[in-house]
Amino acid sequence: MANGTISKPENRLGIVGWFYAGSFSFERYAYILHRITGLGILLYFLLHIFGSSARISGQSSWESLMHFLGKPIFVAGEYLVFIAFCFHAMNGIRLILGELGFSIGKPGRPVYPYRISLNRQRPLLVVFMIIAVIFILLGGYDFFIAGH
Amino acid sequence: MREPTLWIFHILAGIIILIFLGIHMGIMHLDTILTSLGVGYKNPLNWSSVLIRNKALFFTITYILLLGAALYHGFYGLRNILFELSLGKSAQKAVNWLLFFVGLFLFIYGGYAAIAAYVI
Repeated sequence: MANGTISKPENRLGIVGWFYAGSFSFERYAYILHRITGLGILLYFLLHIFGSSARISGQSSWESLMHFLGKPIFVAGEYLVFIAFCFHAMNGIRLILGELGFSIGKPGRPVYPYRISLNRQRPLLVVFMIIAVIFILLGGYDFFIAGH
Repeated sequence: MREPTLWIFHILAGIIILIFLGIHMGIMHLDTILTSLGVGYKNPLNWSSVLIRNKALFFTITYILLLGAALYHGFYGLRNILFELSLGKSAQKAVNWLLFFVGLFLFIYGGYAAIAAYVI
């Protein structure tokens, strides 16, 4: 506290603190992965705005771009973005539900064995991660087996 | 704008993205599975499929909506990450304006492409 105002604590660990700042739970790693996948999707999205605009230049421009992007390295990269989207979307739904109070639980007396909000949040995380894995596998089938 | 309002917009944009990017991802990357169920397009990257989507008003409107929501959601998330790195007030202001103008440029460019694809 200085001059009657509350100063914001300094973020001493910086980006290193994303990965380790003490004992991290499963949810904390989901949080880190949410950020990393978010940044990856954002980068892809910015490139995608310019790439998908090739459709206004006509069929030959579009087909030459698709031919270029059909190389295995780009297909693999696109699948990585698909994986990132599946995780980010499912974890995002969980976070919104938490934000709206659905996974927090009602306040109660602290009677042993104590029930903490994690008792509700952990199963929710597991369920959404299972759904994400199902979508990732379905996408993998479409990308690499059924042919793209 | 107040921070809680920006945060609510971030969540609302997330819900819009979830719906319309979910549809987009399904059409583009789960096409084999969806067409076997009688939904979507086979070979969605073929020029004939692209033309169908270009000329459908539903896709033009939802692409623009998705573009705006995704730019806001993405840039607000990036702004949060940058602000956590203990930026000074002037650096925060610079980040705000930079993200605003880059976002506005990309929205105009992407929006123009969606409308031009519909009109041309």
